[in-house]
Amino acid sequence: MVKKSNSLIAFFKTIVLYFTLLIVLIPFGIVVMNSFKTTQKFIESPFSLPESFKISNYVDAFQSMNFMQAIFNSLILTVGSIVIIVFFSAMTAYLFARFKWKVNKILFFAILSSMALPFQVLMIPLVILYGEMGLLNMRPTLMFMYVGFGLPLGVFIFHGFIKGIPYELEEAAFIEGCSRLRTFFVVVLPLLKPVMVTLIILEVLIIWNDYLLASLILQSPNLRTLPLSVFNFFSSYSVDYAPLMAGLLMAMVPVLVLYLILQKHIIQGLVDGALK
Amino acid sequence: MRQNKKLKNIGLFLLFGGPTLFIFSAVIVIPFIFGLYLTFTNWSVATGDSTFVGLSNYAEVFTDKDFLTSFWFTIKYVFACLVFANFFAFFIALALTSKIKGKGLLRTGFFTPNLIGGIVLGYLWQILFSRVMPYLGDQYNWGIFEKSWLGDPDKAFWALVVASVWQLVGYLVIIYMAGFASVPKDVLEAASIDGANYFQGLRKIIIPLSIPSIIICFFLTITRAFLAYDINLSLTDGGPYNSTEMVSYHIVQKAFLSNDFGAGQAEAIVLFLAVALIAITQTYILKKREVEA
Repeated sequence: MVKKSNSLIAFFKTIVLYFTLLIVLIPFGIVVMNSFKTTQKFIESPFSLPESFKISNYVDAFQSMNFMQAIFNSLILTVGSIVIIVFFSAMTAYLFARFKWKVNKILFFAILSSMALPFQVLMIPLVILYGEMGLLNMRPTLMFMYVGFGLPLGVFIFHGFIKGIPYELEEAAFIEGCSRLRTFFVVVLPLLKPVMVTLIILEVLIIWNDYLLASLILQSPNLRTLPLSVFNFFSSYSVDYAPLMAGLLMAMVPVLVLYLILQKHIIQGLVDGALK
Repeated sequence: MRQNKKLKNIGLFLLFGGPTLFIFSAVIVIPFIFGLYLTFTNWSVATGDSTFVGLSNYAEVFTDKDFLTSFWFTIKYVFACLVFANFFAFFIALALTSKIKGKGLLRTGFFTPNLIGGIVLGYLWQILFSRVMPYLGDQYNWGIFEKSWLGDPDKAFWALVVASVWQLVGYLVIIYMAGFASVPKDVLEAASIDGANYFQGLRKIIIPLSIPSIIICFFLTITRAFLAYDINLSLTDGGPYNSTEMVSYHIVQKAFLSNDFGAGQAEAIVLFLAVALIAITQTYILKKREVEA
């Protein structure tokens, strides 16, 4: 009797969960379906299946968003920033974890505290200061800032991990005549791989999707990242919904593909990131 | 010999810490200090003017009607997101923790909206609210969807909440699930054998034991919602009639459209203090209810 009611509850739960999931995913479905129709057809019947697969919306969006350029810009900024963040923050975390000097403790505390600052507190001074130096509207400036905002998280994540690595491993390398720097790159860095994945995932989602900072630093159309070009596309197309939906889908696909490949790592990475 | 060692240590420090400290100072420390200075001046890029004006920028924050309106609007938005996102996430996670077919698929699916940036997300919902839902309202005579939610100040608020909750839930689900995994199964079993019914078990056992994950989820929701900007820009653009301007949106407008940098920065500082205060208070209050299994 108990068993039967339990399995009934489980069945009921499953139904409710899948139904909820369906509701959550419907917005994606609507965009996919209607990106193949004309705007007219979309307005008349947004839930009908497309009669034919009109790819002209995609061609339209591809050109108006300057899609290849935008993808290229986003990719350069994301990859470049993250490579620098990983190297510099791992080195500094190593310094803080292995040398317990007073100055290191103070700096570590300062870097950790900075993570509490919201971006909104820094955006106005950043624009003024870098504007005065004539550094706005340049990709390297934006990359420099992404690195600055990413380093604290990196130092934090790596520090916790390096503390748990036995020092004997490094000592063995010293005895063989390895310098500190070489030891770091050859012995320590490879061991950081698991947390490195976490850091990279968190930073990809932050930098790839960033709109506000990029919009404040970059003005030239040819420097636009994907979110900036989506914004611009929507401002200029306003009510021509079909190509807009094709554009939305194109903007979502890169991250969704990455998610399908790395979903376990991504979910684990975000859980770890949040629990810290 | 000792001097040599000291020199070596300085070299080591600069090699391993130098680049990070340089960038950290240039992007965070100096702008933060300059930002504080900015709030005491009437800085203007056009005139190069920067007279010291004391606390008048802060006084302006509390007399700026638009700021206060946006602040109150943001508080309501944060509260609504907090309640709905956590309610749904908690029960979805709870259901997902039992024996269910396709657990992985469900978790993956619920999480998907989280990968999308605020701009794309806001435009996606803008199309749904302005075209798809009114179509449903028309077709099936659903009064609530008859007109676009984005054209009505009260409903535009709920449009923002719906889109934000849609995104947040998946993230909170995985955090709650990680938390439930640490609630020992035998405690729950013991409760049901003692004749406790489901809701008693929930109230007396599951919720108290998941306080740590509740704290994290509340913290995440509060900070994310308080600082929301992208979704505000793309979904409602502050409209209709500036009724849905949130604090971040207001600050960006004030600083970069009105060029009122000192006052804008003072508002940003007030926003920061408010978020910190609320986030810390909730952690403190909930921490006191924490129990050990």
